[in-house]
Amino acid sequence: MKDFDLLAILLKPEFGAMLLHGVWKTLQIAIGSWLLAMTIAIVLLVVRLTPSRIAGRIVAGYVSYHRNVPTLVQLMLWYFGIFSLLPDALQGWLSEHNAETILSIVALGLCQAAYFSEDMRSGLRSIPAGQAEASRALGHSYIGSMRHVMLPQAIRNAVPALVNHSVSLFKNSSLAMAIGVAELTHAVKEIESQSFRAFEAYSVATVMYLIFSLVIMAVGAALSKRYSIVGAR
Amino acid sequence: MFGVFDILRDNWLLLLVGQYPSGPLGGISATLILSVLGIVLAFPLSVLLALARLSPWRALRWPATVLVYVVRGVPLLMVILWVYFLVPMLIGREVSGFTTMLCTLVIYEGAYLSEVVRAGIQALPKGQIEAARALGHSHLGTMWFVVLPQALYNMLPSMLSQFISTIKETTLGYVINVQELTFAANQINNQLLTKPFQVFFILAMTYYVVCFSLTQLALWLERRIAHKRLGAKAIPLTDGEAPPAPTVAAPL
Repeated sequence: MKDFDLLAILLKPEFGAMLLHGVWKTLQIAIGSWLLAMTIAIVLLVVRLTPSRIAGRIVAGYVSYHRNVPTLVQLMLWYFGIFSLLPDALQGWLSEHNAETILSIVALGLCQAAYFSEDMRSGLRSIPAGQAEASRALGHSYIGSMRHVMLPQAIRNAVPALVNHSVSLFKNSSLAMAIGVAELTHAVKEIESQSFRAFEAYSVATVMYLIFSLVIMAVGAALSKRYSIVGAR
Repeated sequence: MFGVFDILRDNWLLLLVGQYPSGPLGGISATLILSVLGIVLAFPLSVLLALARLSPWRALRWPATVLVYVVRGVPLLMVILWVYFLVPMLIGREVSGFTTMLCTLVIYEGAYLSEVVRAGIQALPKGQIEAARALGHSHLGTMWFVVLPQALYNMLPSMLSQFISTIKETTLGYVINVQELTFAANQINNQLLTKPFQVFFILAMTYYVVCFSLTQLALWLERRIAHKRLGAKAIPLTDGEAPPAPTVAAPL
């Protein structure tokens, strides 16, 4: 094994460019799928809270599927399976616009939406039913009572779990490598096979992942401190 | 949807055991063996890590905390790459993909499981520890004879969920060509070429059936343990189960 020489990787222009591109892709996937997951999660949550039992069953099925099937398998199902069933025009459009990246954002987002909606649901369930009844009695519509009374509290209660799952969403972005997205893990594997400096390449990636994860955890801690309700249980 | 049953009929053996008699064991049996071995070997490590994180000695607390945070902050794929690179270097010979994946799972699950064990220990009432110390147990004696037996029993459902995560994580062995269920499905897909949706649908459903039944088992276990823990308080039982005999020490 050669000596440990971090600069051999960081200072070489082509490796530096690969790393930067990898980080960019990782962030793209992580942020894109986070936004998608949050949007779907809120929709799922609201649908599940409607009195309709069929809608509740459908959402429960959605959550159950996405929590019990490995994320990598969901990714493969989207990339190899569902992609081939799409209409030709859409397939063509996707292929021109980075199909791998878009499909991994979709797959990871849909998967994580199940976790997020469950987190928020358990946050919501920790709020006494009297609050919903009171806000309805005061004349709020169902949506209004959700929007102004229940969700603001539920999201606060759900923040620790949401942060944990955001970290795992960020970590899951590395799975996109299995379908050929050139994100961070893919980039260091590539650098490793070109430079034979596995130790240095993996160290760089590990430190980067660690920094981002710790930042997410720290932001979460700061958020829940900043927005905690004084005197709330 | 056409072709799902044809694919199952032609390839069920591959999905079940891989190319076993003529090659290494694969398919769902390898997945299950890998995850059972992983969780069983990770368990002692996780108890040690949890004890280290809760220990009164800083020299133990710090390294364990750092290890847990590093593992929690790094993707499993990254750990796989590290193990794939480091283990052959440390022991001086090539190791199989199966062994690499097993080592990875032990490290990764050990760290996650240690958080579960730690939560279980901290959920026990303080009085248990104080009473044990007052009776003359040392710190380690308190842990071994009083705290761990109760905490680990209460933690059984969470450990089962961790086992389910382990099953889901074995899929990542695909990246380093470990012969398991996902690998087998990809082999089938590469042979057929024309039915990717059906093949991966079968794969997803197989995982779903295994993990869903284990999730239900965990929920059942959780209810049962909740009953047992509250047994001493004689709460009214809701779903008509016979009251469990309070044989296990009830911490409340």
